[in-house]
Amino acid sequence: MSKEHESGMSVIVRTVTRLTVGLIFLYGIYIILHGHLTPGGGFAGGVIIALSFINLDLAFGGKVSARIFSKGSTGVVEALGAIMFLALALIGLQYGGFFKNFLHPDGQPGQLVSAGIIPLENIAISLKVGAGLFGIFLTLIVLQKFESERKK
Amino acid sequence: MIELYVLLGLMIVGAIIAVEVKNLLSAVVAVGVVGLGLSIIFLLLKAPDVALTQIVVEIAAVILLIRATLHRDIAMKPCGGRPFGGFMAILFLGLAVVAGVLTFQGGLNPFGQPLMTVSRFYPVHAVTGTGATNVVASVILDYRAYDTLGEATVLFTAVIGVLTVMRSRGKKKEEDLQGNNE
Repeated sequence: MSKEHESGMSVIVRTVTRLTVGLIFLYGIYIILHGHLTPGGGFAGGVIIALSFINLDLAFGGKVSARIFSKGSTGVVEALGAIMFLALALIGLQYGGFFKNFLHPDGQPGQLVSAGIIPLENIAISLKVGAGLFGIFLTLIVLQKFESERKK
Repeated sequence: MIELYVLLGLMIVGAIIAVEVKNLLSAVVAVGVVGLGLSIIFLLLKAPDVALTQIVVEIAAVILLIRATLHRDIAMKPCGGRPFGGFMAILFLGLAVVAGVLTFQGGLNPFGQPLMTVSRFYPVHAVTGTGATNVVASVILDYRAYDTLGEATVLFTAVIGVLTVMRSRGKKKEEDLQGNNE
């Protein structure tokens, strides 16, 4: 068990992860950007992106994902998502109300660029959810692991 | 509708196994069965948005549970019977059953026919009103964006709580992280 913690899993898992983790990340981005057209949206897409980082972490051991996306930057990205969501809500005040869809007539329904601020809100929520979940994972598991290593 | 009841029975069995089994890994797997069954039920009830979110969050939760619980020595001690807690649980379950019987005496509407008329507005007017062809997205991000703001606040509070509780230990371990860097 603890050997898996230090150096990740077997070479089969590592190879498959190397091949698929980019596709998982891309699928998350697709779910986010098409959230106003097809099922999905910011929450599910953000969790999928966080899962792609968690996948790296499980396959290669704890230090890889923490090197790509450190604990400090998860906090920064999560706060950026929250601020972006609130800013979109507050800009709507200039146009008539909180969360007013001020960009609305901007394309045919069904196009990728349409639906006003809904895609932007999806992006903000995905930043928040993805970075927040991955930050929880890093804090609870990856950094806990080093404590148990030091105890030995 | 028979497959719905089969899945519901599977979920109940999974929940009972998760509570009763002694092995921690088996309990986590049984919880995963409950979440997977719930996801398929959402799919059968024509709610793909919720099904997608449910299965993704379920995977994340199972990974977190396995990694956070299994590799640690959790002191397990057998707890004796708590007659007061059992009595209160039975009391509240009975109250819930009585309240449910009193509430739904006249019978519920069939599935897909909501009690309130406001939800009939969305499928008709969502596409022209917001431009989003996914009606769920138009509801949660435009008509009911306040709810989404509250949900985002809940998640933000949870993350801040976790980061705050684990703060002092995390500082020490970052030195370890740099020391152990290969």
